[in-house]
Amino acid sequence: MPTENSVSNQSPILEVRGLKVAYGGIQAVKGIDLTLRKGELVSLIGANGAGKTTTLNTLAGVVPHNGGDILYAGQEIGKLPSHLRLRKGLALVPEGRGIFTRLTVAENLQTGAYTRRDTDGIAADMEKVFALLPRVKERLNQVAGTLSGGEQQMVAIGRALLSRPQVLLLDEPSMGLAPLVVEKIFEVIHSITREGMGVLLVEQNANLALEVSERAYVMEGGRVTLEGTGKALLDDPKVRSAYLGEDIEELAAA
Amino acid sequence: MTTTSSTLPLPASFALDRRIQRPLVILLALAAPLVALAMGKSWVRVLDFALLYVLLAIGLNLVVGFAGLLDLGYIAFYAVGAYTWAFLASPHFGIHLPFWIVLPLGAAFAALAGIALGFPTLRLRGDYLAIVTLGFGEIIRIFMNNLNQPINITNGPQGIDSIDPLTIAGLDLSRDLDLFGFQISSLLLYYYAFLACVVFAIILVRRLQISRIGRAWAAIRDDELAAKAIGIDTRMMKLLAFALGATFGGVSGGLFAAFQGFVSPESFSLMESIVVLTMIVLGGMGNLAGVVVGAIMLTALPELLRHFAVPMQMALFGKTLLDPEVLRMLLLSLAMIVMMLVRPAGLLPARTRYAHRDRRNA
Repeated sequence: MPTENSVSNQSPILEVRGLKVAYGGIQAVKGIDLTLRKGELVSLIGANGAGKTTTLNTLAGVVPHNGGDILYAGQEIGKLPSHLRLRKGLALVPEGRGIFTRLTVAENLQTGAYTRRDTDGIAADMEKVFALLPRVKERLNQVAGTLSGGEQQMVAIGRALLSRPQVLLLDEPSMGLAPLVVEKIFEVIHSITREGMGVLLVEQNANLALEVSERAYVMEGGRVTLEGTGKALLDDPKVRSAYLGEDIEELAAA
Repeated sequence: MTTTSSTLPLPASFALDRRIQRPLVILLALAAPLVALAMGKSWVRVLDFALLYVLLAIGLNLVVGFAGLLDLGYIAFYAVGAYTWAFLASPHFGIHLPFWIVLPLGAAFAALAGIALGFPTLRLRGDYLAIVTLGFGEIIRIFMNNLNQPINITNGPQGIDSIDPLTIAGLDLSRDLDLFGFQISSLLLYYYAFLACVVFAIILVRRLQISRIGRAWAAIRDDELAAKAIGIDTRMMKLLAFALGATFGGVSGGLFAAFQGFVSPESFSLMESIVVLTMIVLGGMGNLAGVVVGAIMLTALPELLRHFAVPMQMALFGKTLLDPEVLRMLLLSLAMIVMMLVRPAGLLPARTRYAHRDRRNA
């Protein structure tokens, strides 16, 4: 597992400068900077409506931006459509999993390799995914819509991995899942970063996200208001009161 | 009626061994017009039309069933194909091109029309897409209706008549064929020509469904955001669905013009689009077999009514209380309501394993 130092020495695989996104007349993201290196787990936390999901969708090219740069491996990719960004190695696991409910688990995984033609490589990666997600292998021929929430999330992650990404954008993988299942998912995320992929994680569960992340950004009203290592933010009193539900009375009294 | 009655029993009897099922279907498809002929020529005509509707339903199913794009103006492509044939193979402009030029041209024009419809509607989904496609279908019909001045192109509401029949290798399908003293009805000739088209279409669509393209459509239908996230060029794939779906409409339209010998805007009303959509909903959206069954059933229904409803009412009440056309709409609506309650996924659902209700196709 790469140490903090070896990671920070690399040039970032993903760099975002002054990113702005608007929906209609509403500026949802008001100019944010982010960096992500290979093998790094970085989380983006914040309240509902802070612009986290919008940021992730914009990075994946599903939502257009109206300002700033998105650099992937040093190249500007802000104008590329989503399918070309995926080809470069930027994969999104959308909020609410976004699996294809009418297809089987096997078919879902195969769609993940949609952009690839190297049959052998796909088969090898399929085996890797099975090793990482044994539950998925057990359910291969089941229609994905009939899986439990945790299993669906696993399928969504497995599907994204089959595009062989360098950067994985994960949108709230813990949503609506039981704590034990969430723990499993986070173990999987951890193994993914150990393989050298960069993971940018959007989470509501700030406590968990900060515990496992090397670094984190706190978003508020479309801006990044705080950033730092996971541990530093976990100890930050402002973060504790706003996102970890502690000392709320104290804050109100102050 | 021979064709429908054998497919009416619901899936229990469909669990027939595949080895028996396939030859049975082939035999039925080949023998149906002969049985119909014994009942009267008009029944063969009904079967011919049923096959044209099968082609239409297969094409619309590509767009609605596979790619999940609700198209309420599909009949416009049928119109484009029919008018292409009427323009290029009739005395109207004095052009008489052979079918192997006219039919592909009609298909190509329909595909272009499909792209013309698809391009501006790429970002629309569901209800909004349905409204725009509905408008598109009407625009085409209204154009056909009014393009008789200042320059007469379509001959307006009068339509175009004396259209050239389908002539394959010197064989004019509109004339009865004299073969070793046997008279083979023109209607039979058309039936087998249409059947060949339908078989070709089914083979093509089956292959398409299991291809990368088919999988991309299924992905878009289930979740467009996720489809983008796995690297599908959703714009391209939607345009392809519109274009390919329209192609089937165009071919069917061309054959219709040749078979009927006459086209007018009346044949391409909104009601026709809805009927074709009803066929695939009733049969089982996304499932080819279901779509074929749906198309045959709904073509046969009004004919059955025409034959039996009037005499029955005359016998019972001494007069016709309900016009067959009214009765047809009534029964169609009733059938749809019952279907939605009992078998929401159609007579032959796309996937029986799928237990969930569909989120989007309402």
